[in-house]
Amino acid sequence: MVVQSAAEAITYPAVGAELDIEGVSHAFDIDGAVLPVLDNVNLSIAPGEFVALLGPSGCGKSTLLRLVAGLEKPRTGALREDEARITGPYPSRVVVFQDPTLFPWRTVWDNVALGLEAQGILKTQRHRVDAVIELVGLSSFRNAYPHQLSGGMAQRVALARALVNDPKILVLDEPLGKLDSLTRIAMQSELVALWQRKGFTTLLVTHDVEEALVLANRVIVLSDRPARIKADIAVGRPYPRHRGDPYLAELRKQILGLLGLEATW
Amino acid sequence: MSTYSVSDGTAAAAPRAAVTFADLSGSYGVGLAASLVWLAFGLSCLYWPDVGDWSRTGSLGIGAIVIAAFILFGTFSADYLGSAGQALRKRAPWLVAFGAFVTLWEVATAKFAWLPLPFFPPPQSILEVYTDDLPKLLDSVFASIKLQLGGYIIGATVGFITGVSIGWSQKIGYWVHPVLRFIGPLPATAWLPIAFFTFPSSWSASTFLIALATGFPVTVLTWSGVASVSSAYYDVARTLGAKPSFLVLKVAIPAALPHVFVGLFMGLGSSFAVLVVAEMIGVKAGLGWYLQWAQGWAAYANMYAALIVMSLLCSGAITLLFRTRDRLLVWQKGVVKW
Ligand SMILES: Nc1ncnc2c1ncn2[C@@H]1O[C@H](COP(=O)(O)OP(=O)(O)OP(=O)(O)O)[C@@H](O)[C@H]1O
Ligand SMILES: [Mg+2]
Repeated sequence: MVVQSAAEAITYPAVGAELDIEGVSHAFDIDGAVLPVLDNVNLSIAPGEFVALLGPSGCGKSTLLRLVAGLEKPRTGALREDEARITGPYPSRVVVFQDPTLFPWRTVWDNVALGLEAQGILKTQRHRVDAVIELVGLSSFRNAYPHQLSGGMAQRVALARALVNDPKILVLDEPLGKLDSLTRIAMQSELVALWQRKGFTTLLVTHDVEEALVLANRVIVLSDRPARIKADIAVGRPYPRHRGDPYLAELRKQILGLLGLEATW
Repeated sequence: MSTYSVSDGTAAAAPRAAVTFADLSGSYGVGLAASLVWLAFGLSCLYWPDVGDWSRTGSLGIGAIVIAAFILFGTFSADYLGSAGQALRKRAPWLVAFGAFVTLWEVATAKFAWLPLPFFPPPQSILEVYTDDLPKLLDSVFASIKLQLGGYIIGATVGFITGVSIGWSQKIGYWVHPVLRFIGPLPATAWLPIAFFTFPSSWSASTFLIALATGFPVTVLTWSGVASVSSAYYDVARTLGAKPSFLVLKVAIPAALPHVFVGLFMGLGSSFAVLVVAEMIGVKAGLGWYLQWAQGWAAYANMYAALIVMSLLCSGAITLLFRTRDRLLVWQKGVVKW
């Protein structure tokens, strides 16, 4: 029995990293005026946790993700990955941006291979690129250029480009926003399956309350700009989850209320 | 590209069995007309006496009739000749127009001398230049190509590297930008007198001037190309672990390449101008010098002959540049065809 659990501990990789956001505030200067965007955000995400961020448009969700990625430094406060302070971008934290931003001069395959190429390990790891392209269902488009793809396909390529790096923290900024509802549902279950298999920590921004509830362990609701944490809701339901689940429906109502939409629902 | 292969396929699959009357006025008609025009041109050379004394009138006539025969053959077997046949069919109207033009030219100069003679030589005297003065003309062509190629490659390389550097590094930009603004807009030919004094040879001076004329537009456009790369590309690459060298070589440069080609194209144009002037004034070789020399001897036929060669070379160089661009920038949609 003891041997069994030890073996399990080895086969289940603890890839996910812990992410701590400690008293982070941020602001932008627009034409001399200061625009506060984040206001004392405190959030601690355990290794392997799946956290969804919900909030009104323009409240500062993407900005928070840029801080997590290390693309910008917060004005006050600190962000840590496994206790180490985040000072710049690093491929253990990979971002899928709101806009797919594929490189138009690279084919689908070369776009996906970007991270491995940049880290200088592409030569030995080509099979990972093939595998992840297969995973997002674009094998027959591996030699296509981005202008030959549909919006949804481009977003899948962007997802593949992130996943191929085996990140410890996967940061997703509305990655399924442009997909049609069927592909969207399929990709959601793919994402959950992938997350369960790999165990990375996930931080997902979405506009879709239902999506957040189907995917995440925890849902964070942000206020209007400047964003503060309004609510931190644990979603205690096993996977795979069902959209019709009355427990989720109750949570959904509660969250929509927090977002100021209860009157319409 | 695919449309070509499709039309080739149908043409090969259904070759025409016989020529009908409808065909004569359609796809065959224009080819037939072209052939007749060239035949008329050839016959006028052979059987209509010239007003002056030109040694190549007979050869020109025979040449024209050979061309007429080729067009005739090509027109009626276009379906079996693959892409060459299609190309001929597409250009048939041009062959008619061009044949009519040379015939008119022949008649207006050699037959009636409507155009004042030494200044407007007939086609046969230009043919005479190509046959009798070939060695000298070829020497000039090679000299021009050598000079142009050397200067252009140096200018394009230096311009490209400078453009990337100032687009990428603000520190380098701080020092280079004012110099560029001061020297760049000056026409390269303005340097001519100084360059020919200060450089050890007129050849090196001309190379420098051609490089200068090429380098300025290449620098400016490469620079603006690199500077206008969306920061989103850098963000993506950096989160995936890209180092600065990767950002320059694999992000900034490929993204700026369409601009770079505009610069290379503009540089090519302005360097041609410098080449000709430099050859006329300093270097005693090349097509520019040949033109100058022909003017000295009032050899107008030689001037026209050299102009035609020059135009073909310049056009060929630009075609080559565009082909290279099309190959490198296949990922762009809707590129302009030259
Ligand atoms: N680089 C920048 N410079 C100035 N202001 C910015 C910058 N980036 C974002 N902002 C401002 O910060 C605020 C938050 O932007 P952010 O992109 O984080 O919103 P968001 O929550 O992701 O919105 P959405 O859901 O619509 O994507 C906006 O008001 C925006 O104008
Ligand atoms: Mg956003």
